[in-house]
Amino acid sequence: MAEESDRKLVIPGDPLGEGVAGHGTFEEDGKIFSKVIGLAEQKNNLFFVIPLRGIYNPKRGDGVIGKIEDISFSKWIVDINSPYQAVLPLNEAVDEFIDLTKTDLTKYFDYGDLIFAEISTVTRAKSVQLSMKSRRCRKLRGGRIIEVTPAKVPRIIGRSGSMVEMIKDLTKTQIVVGQNGLVWVKGENEDIAAESVLYIEQKSHIQGLTDQVKAMLEKRMGRTFEAKPAKEDIFEKKEGDYDDRKTDKE
Amino acid sequence: MIGIDTDLVREIMRNKKRLDNRAADKYRKVTIETNFVTSAEGSARVRLGDTEVVAGVKMDMGEPYPDSPDEGVLSVSSEFLPLASPDFESGPPGEDSIELARVVDRAIRESKAIDFKKLCITPGEKVWMVFVDIDIIDNDGNLIDAAGLAAVAALRSAKIPDIEDEKPVFSRKGKKALPMKGIPISTTFAKIRDYIVVDPGLAESEALEARLTVGTVDSEGIKICSLQKGGTSSFTIEEIGSILETAEDKGSELRKLVK
Amino acid sequence: MTEKLIKNDKRIDGRKLDELRPIEAMVGVLKKADGSAFFRLGDTMAIAGVYGPKKVHPRHAEEAEKAILRTKYNMAPFSTETRSRPGHNRRSTEISFVTRQAIEPVLFLEEFPKTAIDVHIEVLQANASSRCVGINAASLALADAGVPMRDLIASCSAGIVEGKKVLDISGKEDTEGELDLPIAYYPRKKAITLLQMDGLAKRSDVKQLIELAIKGCEKIYEKQKQALRKRYSLEEVMHEKEVKV
Repeated sequence: MAEESDRKLVIPGDPLGEGVAGHGTFEEDGKIFSKVIGLAEQKNNLFFVIPLRGIYNPKRGDGVIGKIEDISFSKWIVDINSPYQAVLPLNEAVDEFIDLTKTDLTKYFDYGDLIFAEISTVTRAKSVQLSMKSRRCRKLRGGRIIEVTPAKVPRIIGRSGSMVEMIKDLTKTQIVVGQNGLVWVKGENEDIAAESVLYIEQKSHIQGLTDQVKAMLEKRMGRTFEAKPAKEDIFEKKEGDYDDRKTDKE
Repeated sequence: MIGIDTDLVREIMRNKKRLDNRAADKYRKVTIETNFVTSAEGSARVRLGDTEVVAGVKMDMGEPYPDSPDEGVLSVSSEFLPLASPDFESGPPGEDSIELARVVDRAIRESKAIDFKKLCITPGEKVWMVFVDIDIIDNDGNLIDAAGLAAVAALRSAKIPDIEDEKPVFSRKGKKALPMKGIPISTTFAKIRDYIVVDPGLAESEALEARLTVGTVDSEGIKICSLQKGGTSSFTIEEIGSILETAEDKGSELRKLVK
Repeated sequence: MTEKLIKNDKRIDGRKLDELRPIEAMVGVLKKADGSAFFRLGDTMAIAGVYGPKKVHPRHAEEAEKAILRTKYNMAPFSTETRSRPGHNRRSTEISFVTRQAIEPVLFLEEFPKTAIDVHIEVLQANASSRCVGINAASLALADAGVPMRDLIASCSAGIVEGKKVLDISGKEDTEGELDLPIAYYPRKKAITLLQMDGLAKRSDVKQLIELAIKGCEKIYEKQKQALRKRYSLEEVMHEKEVKV
C-alpha cells in the first residue's frame, strides 16, 4: 500500500492526465488538472488530489467537533470551524419528547459546549445540518481542543485508527478526532498527546512517521505499546472509557 | 425594481446579437453641448444613448509640484450622483468612480493634449491648476467614454481666467483658450460570451465579462495613449490586437463630434 | 545634460533590454494568515496575506452563489524615497481594483458561496512595477491558502525608454521613461487578465510591448511554481522563514 510520501506533489494548474475529474481536480478539454496544492492520486482513470491546505468543506457523513454558538427555539447553532454554520435540530439531538414551552435547551447543550456530531445533510447553498443520533456522538467534557489542517486528519487517525490508538494508549488520554480539523484530548498527559498530534501535522509527509511517534512517546512515557489488531470502529467504548452521557440532561 | 437579467444578455450575445440590435462596432447617438454652465471656466454636457454626463473645468492659481516647477497641474475627479441610478449611493467615491476619473485623466495626460508648460505663470511659484470635475447624471452604461468626451469637450471650451492684481478673475469669462493640441478619445469594448462589442449599454455593462478601454489621440498620426482592462475575465492577445484596430477607427469618428 | 538611461542597449542597472530584474519568491512566510507569500523583483518587494474563505461581515455583502474576493493593495509609508502618507488613496484604490480583476478569473469562487476571501498586499519597497509584484505575491498566497485555482497569475511590466522597448522597467526608467505597460497573464490559457498603459505609442508598438511582457510573465510563472513546490517538498522543510531584505 502506498505510503503518503509516494504520492506526487501537485500545484494548481498541474496536468494529471486524461480521465475523470475527482476531488481537488478540474477538467478542461478532456484533460484533468489539479485545483489545489496537494498530493495527487489515481484510481483507474479517476484522478483526485488530497489538499495539503485549505479550510474544511463540510461533507455528509463526516464526524466533526463543534462548539455551541447560539441557541434558538428548537435548535442549536454550532461552530464547526468552517465559514458555514451548522444547525443541530432538537429532534436530531435528543430522543425523548421535549415540551419547548417548559424546557430550557441549555439543559442539554449550553453556550460554549463542545460536541462530537455527524453531518447529516449539506445543501447546495452549504447549509449544514448535524445529527447526534449515531452511537459515537456525544458531548465532550473538559479536555482541550487542538486545531489542525483538515487534510492531515487521516494521518492523525492512521490506518484503521492505528496512530491515534497508539497515542491514546501511551499517554492514557481520550482522543476524539473531527474531520473538520479539530482534535479533542483529555487526560493526565493531554499536553503530551496534544504535542504528538501537532508533530504529526508538521511531519505528515515523511515516511515511517508512526514508528517515529511511537518511539518518541515510549521514551517520554517510559512504557511500551503493543499494537492491537485493527479495530473497525475506533470510537468503540470500553469499560470506564468516556463519560458516556450524551447530554447533561441524562 | 427588477434588476437586469444578465443571463438573458449573455444568451443573446452568445448568438452574436445585441439587446438593442446594434452592430458590434456601432456607438449609440452622441450629443455634445458646451458652455452650458457659466460659473465654470469650461463645461460640457454629453449624451451617449441615455447616459448623461456633465463636466466642468475650474481653474485657479497654485503652486507647482516640486519635481515639475514650470508645469501646470491637472486634476480629474468624478462623482457618480445618486440621482443617476438606483445603485449609486451617496458618500465618498467607490472604486468604479475612482477608476473612471483616473482613466479619463490618463488619456488626457498621456496624450500630451495639454501643454502644461504653457500653464506656468512664475516658475517654481505659480502655475495654473486645472480641475476637471465629472458628474454622472444618468447611467445607461459606458460611463467612461461619455465622461471622457465630456471632459475633453469641457477642456476645449475652457478659457483661462484673466488676471487682475495677481489674482484670477472669475466673474467673467477669460479671453485665452486653454492651450490644447490633439483630442484624446476613450473607446470602451465589452466582451460577453466571446462576443466583443463597442459602447456597452447598461445591460451589457452589468453582464460584461471583460472590458478594455483604449485611449487614442491624433498626434502625428493616430496613437494609443492609454489602456485599461476591467472585468473579471480575460482577453487573448489576438482579441486585443483587433480591439486596438477598431479603437483607432471609432476614436476618429468620435473625434469629429468634438472638433 | 542628464545621463542617458540606455547606452549600447544596456540599461543603467546593467540589464539587457529584455531582461527581468532578479526574482525572489517565498511561500508561507506568515504564521497567522491562511496563506501568504513574499515576492521580489529587484528592489520592489511585497508580502501578500490571505484570509479565507471565511464568513462575510457585513452579512449583506455576501453573495449567494459564490465567494466574494476582496483585495487591498497598500504601500508602506517607508516604501518610497519620500515618505508616503499612510492610508488608502485613489491610486491604491484603483490598483486594488485592477488587482482583484487580474486574479479573479482563475479562482473557483463558486465553490464557497456566501464567504469572503480577503487578500492583503503590502508593498514594502517600491521601485516601479509594485502592482505586478503584488499580484505575483497574491497569486502564490491564494494557492498557499488552499483556495482552488485554475492556474497561477504572473505579472510584470514592459515600457519604452529613450525610444527602446524594455522589459520590467525600474527606477529612473519609470519616472523618466516614455511609456509604462503592466500586464497580468494567465499562462495556461495564454490570456491577459490585467492590461494598463500610460504613454503614447503606435498600435504595432503596443502589441510588441504586450508580447514582450508576456515573455517576462512566463519566466516569472516558472519561479512562482518553483517556490510553491519548494514550500511543500517531501524533504524536511524549515518552518521558520526570515524575509530576506
